[in-house]
Amino acid sequence: MNAVLNLIAHIGAAVLNALGLVGELAIFAGTGIFAMIRPPYYPRMIGRALMEVGYFSLPVVSLTALFTGMVLALQSYTGFSRFNAESAIASVVILSVTRELGPVLAGLMVSGRAGAAMAAELGTMRVTDQIDALSTLSTEPMQYLVAPRLIAGIIAMPLLVAIADILGVMGGFLVAWLKLGFNPHTYLVNSFTNLRTDDVVSGLIKAAVFGFIIALMGCFNGYRSKGGAQGVGAATTSAVVSASILILAVDYILTQLLFTK
Amino acid sequence: MSIPKIRVRNLKKYFGTKKVLDGVDLDVAQGTGLVVIGGSGSGKSVLIKSILGLVTPDSGVIEIDGVDVLKAPRAQARALREQIGMLFQNGALFDSLPVWENVAFGLLAEKKIARRFARAKAIEVLAQVGLADNVADLSPSELSGGMQKRVALARAIASEPAIMFFDEPTTGLDPIMGAVIDELIVDCVKRLGSTSIAITHDMASAVRIGDAAAMLYDGKITWTGPAAELLTTTNPLVDQFTHGRSEGPIKMALRR
Repeated sequence: MNAVLNLIAHIGAAVLNALGLVGELAIFAGTGIFAMIRPPYYPRMIGRALMEVGYFSLPVVSLTALFTGMVLALQSYTGFSRFNAESAIASVVILSVTRELGPVLAGLMVSGRAGAAMAAELGTMRVTDQIDALSTLSTEPMQYLVAPRLIAGIIAMPLLVAIADILGVMGGFLVAWLKLGFNPHTYLVNSFTNLRTDDVVSGLIKAAVFGFIIALMGCFNGYRSKGGAQGVGAATTSAVVSASILILAVDYILTQLLFTK
Repeated sequence: MSIPKIRVRNLKKYFGTKKVLDGVDLDVAQGTGLVVIGGSGSGKSVLIKSILGLVTPDSGVIEIDGVDVLKAPRAQARALREQIGMLFQNGALFDSLPVWENVAFGLLAEKKIARRFARAKAIEVLAQVGLADNVADLSPSELSGGMQKRVALARAIASEPAIMFFDEPTTGLDPIMGAVIDELIVDCVKRLGSTSIAITHDMASAVRIGDAAAMLYDGKITWTGPAAELLTTTNPLVDQFTHGRSEGPIKMALRR
């Protein structure tokens, strides 16, 4: 009997914990959004965060996109050549990259890079009292630390994904042309005849949302970290894991919202 | 009888079921320095963080200039707390900024100074804590512990606060550097005419920087008196603490 009660108590505690965390995150997100809108603004901090999230993520995101486009062309060739549908490869590559793989893969890569860095930096600032110190120097930490990162995430991710789209399509094109012997002109024409504006735009909208998620999870986990080096490590891990899972889940929801009208 | 600069009444703070502050009463008169002593984990930090607004107490009254900051409107509470400068235990310098920007941070945030004059002003303040202008462009991580404390002190005094808090100002420093920092603290507080609260468990430091002293034990203030009496009082709690005896009325909880 006791064992059963214990089990129920444990499940209950875990559920309460999880609900508490969701509530905390919701309040944090609300405060963060409010802080983005309300002055004072810190252009210097926004600039720094943009470099961090955007510029320094360029190599990783570019390589990821390039290889993804390449492998996509190669794989779809294997499949489509079995029923003589090679001409569809161009469309498959460009649609997969712009609608799905560009934003999702860039999101995952950036969360591993920039999201983790945010959690580690804010976490260290938390455990060394730097965040408290900000408050004592007439500076609201949510405005000074969190808002600029959220803004940078929302701005930088669509730009990164736009570049990733181009490179992904180029990767597919290079493989199709140089490795699979497609006519480069026909391939490009095939690519763009079936592409609609909302394929690209929907991908960029996703990117902006993912950028917000990455920065939010990075800041949230860093902000509430405690307990020295170990706590900062744990915050970094959960920033990346939670952002990645949220990106994949929200991707599904957004796809349904954006495409099933 | 004038209003005390800081007045704390029946302040309570619990973390879960653990009572950290269990009805703290405290008065700090205008222009005087109070040292709060107490064992590790006795809630000294929570006490000053409550006054600063970094921790929200469960109940009680915290008055600054006679106004209860826990009940006052946000803007008024913020304005009252803006007169507090805080020296954190480990400095808490912003490691992403050079020394001068650390020192000028509060002034820039309050828009009391234009950015192009901030560096010169920072160097001026650094001089007050005995640092030369060649440290201004260094990063805090390039400084020794004692120098970091000085920079942190410079940052705390830069906006000439009416109230100063010092969290274990001498912890982690050698005795001579500790004495130097104490001297700087006394010097700054006197020059600015500030009211100050210092928490410490360094008795030499407590006697040097405090006018009055209070002992926090078991969530309450158990003794108050002139700081000079810390080492001579017959109060058994204070006596055991200041003389560092393991036997006595205070039982250290080895496990929490």
